[in-house]
Order: sequence, then structure tokens, then C-alpha cells
Amino acid sequence: MDRVPIIKVGKYLLASIPPDVQDSVAIALQEDLGARIVASRARLVLVDISALQIVDSFIGRMIGDISGMARLLDAEVTVVGMQPAVAMTLVELGLTLAGVRTALNVEAALAMAGIRDHA
Amino acid sequence: MTLSPYVTPIPVLAAHRDTILERWIAEQKREGIARPDLLSDADLGRECSEFMSALFAGLNSDSVDPSGPGWEQMRASLRGITLSRGRLGFGPSETMRFVLTLKEPLFSSLDELERTQHIQAVLEINRLVDRLGLMTSEIYQQGREEIIQRQQQEMLELSTPVVKLWDGILALALIGTLDSERTQVVMETLLQAIVETGSTIAIIDITGVPTVDTKVAQHLIQTVSAARLMGADCLISGIRPQIAQTIIHLGITLPDVVTKATLADAFITALGRIGQHVVVKRSDQER
Repeated sequence: MDRVPIIKVGKYLLASIPPDVQDSVAIALQEDLGARIVASRARLVLVDISALQIVDSFIGRMIGDISGMARLLDAEVTVVGMQPAVAMTLVELGLTLAGVRTALNVEAALAMAGIRDHA
Repeated sequence: MTLSPYVTPIPVLAAHRDTILERWIAEQKREGIARPDLLSDADLGRECSEFMSALFAGLNSDSVDPSGPGWEQMRASLRGITLSRGRLGFGPSETMRFVLTLKEPLFSSLDELERTQHIQAVLEINRLVDRLGLMTSEIYQQGREEIIQRQQQEMLELSTPVVKLWDGILALALIGTLDSERTQVVMETLLQAIVETGSTIAIIDITGVPTVDTKVAQHLIQTVSAARLMGADCLISGIRPQIAQTIIHLGITLPDVVTKATLADAFITALGRIGQHVVVKRSDQER
């Protein structure tokens, strides 16, 4: 079964969601990410969804779930690079992902994290 | 409608052609529809003689049906004259009467005919000129509708300008009422601009929005949420006191949205968020 690779960059974890993500892959990512957060003691997880062009309610909810789960493990999720069409779809679906951090791109997310770490 | 057998005496009309033209122009001036303030005498003369040659070209085609074959020149000429008059500012009735005033000069040139032939010819010309008048009216309306459609399109484009105020700061000045269709356009334009410019802050200025009701507020919240999902913060500026009052009376809340009274205030806040501020430059004398 396909799995989304989770890359460790310094203190952070980075997961890039593929364009045609299957529901099973999304569930696997949720499990893997939990394990990796605990193993690496990462405090920040970047979920890069810039390749994603189409979302449904399942994927939308999955993003929120990952964030909630990470928070329980004392890590923060930043959703990175959401496309305009995806953002509009999620708003239409009523999934505004309240409490989830977002960033335009990985660079902006790292800059934000850097400012917080030094504060 | 089948037309009665063709009886119009073209030779009689052709013999009086110059007189008809002269009397037609005089008739228009007498009726006050020549409008010398919009169209010079020379241009009026040119239009009228163009119309006359198209009329004779049509009559020579052995038919008095102006929508049929043989009348192409007439239709083209009518279209050109009507559209140019519409643009110049002639009213619809003035444009239609331009054609209808041709009746009397045409009738009076038929006086020399004997009684039965005269009546038939008058009836036929009457019907022909009426149909030409109706065609003018239709063309005039078409021209107006084209203008309205173009203006609507332009308004839609003009009313959603996204401008870059600073590196990383966008402003969207909303003008006019927000309905669902426009919100969609606004949202798309704003989100696309955020991606293209890599901006982290967008200021939505609603100075030009006349009223804010629950629906408009809902649309604004949707736009702000979508921008936030992409990683850009939204500030709303240009809330007038009356609008603030309306929002409170309607019980609308704008959760998690920073609102400012003026675009200037929002811009200063936005600059602060990206770690910049405005400094007043001191002049040489003060130093």
C-alpha cells in the first residue's frame, strides 16, 4: 500500500500529500505521523498540500483530525500551500479548520516557526 | 404577410428625388428632430442621401419587403445610421421619426397620379416606411442592449480590483452590493492574487459597499476563512459607523476577523504584522 513519506528536517517533520490521495493513504498517514511525532519528539509538523487540487469532506476532515491528534501529542500542525480552489471548496463544505495553523508555503511556515522558537 | 402586387411608381418617385430629399430634411428640421447640436447639417444631408439611395436600390429590386432580398443596402444603411445616432445621443423616438418623416415628402410627390393608383401607392409606401421605422426601433434597442451588456461585464471586472500595497500586503476594494455570484468572483480573484504575489496579509476594504446584511457578512466571513486556509490573514477596513450599527443590530458577529475603520489604519496594522513601520523623514533644516 502507498504511504506518504514523512521527512524529518531538523526539529520539524514534513509530509507532502500527493495529488490523488486515497482515503486509505490518508488514514495510514495519520497513524504514521502519530508514531513519528512520538519517536522524533518533533514540535512542529508541516503538512504540504500544494499538490492537492481536489478535496472532499473526508480529506478536509482528515486534515483537521491530524491537527487535533498532533496537539494531543504536544506538536503543532501547519497546513502549507493550500490552492485557491481547495480553500473555496473547504469553506463551502463548512470546514474552516479553526485552530489549525496555515502558511502560504514551506518557507513562510519555517519563518513563522523560527519567530515563535526565538520568542 | 403577403404584400399586394407591386404598384409603387418608381419613375415618378425618381423624378422627384431631389425634391423629396429637400422636403424630408426640411420636415425633420420643422419637427425639431434634426438636432443640430448633435449632428451638423452636412452630416444630416449625407445620412439622408445615403438613405435615399438605399431606398431606391431597394425599390428597384421589385419588392417592398424591406426584410427580403434586394434590400440589403437599406438594412446596412439603416443599421449604420441608427447605431451612430444612438451613440451620438439621439433618443429612440427621434431616431424612429427620422424615418417616419419621410412619408409626407414621398406622398406629396405622388399627387400627379390618378386617384385609384394614388391610393394604392400611398398605402404601399405607408406600409414600407412603417416597417423601416420598426426596423430602426429594433436596431436602436439592440444597440442599447449591447452597450448595457458590455457595461455589466466591465462593472464586474472593475468592481473587484486587487492591488498590491506593499511586499506581502494586498488590498481588495469592494464596490457595490455583494451577492453570491460576486462573492465567488471576489474570492477567486483574491485567492489567486494571494498565490501569485505570495502575500501573507490581505486587506478587504468595504467603503464602497452600501449595506451589510447577514448574507453579505456571511460572504465576507467565507472569503476571510478561505484566505486563512491558504495561510494569509485578512483585515477588514472601511466600516462606516452606520454599517457598524447595522451589524450590531442584526446580531452579526465577525469572529476572528480584525476590523479597522479606515484603509490607512489597516495598512499600518498590516505593516506591523510583517515587521515594518512608517517613519517620518526629517527635512535638512530640522537637523
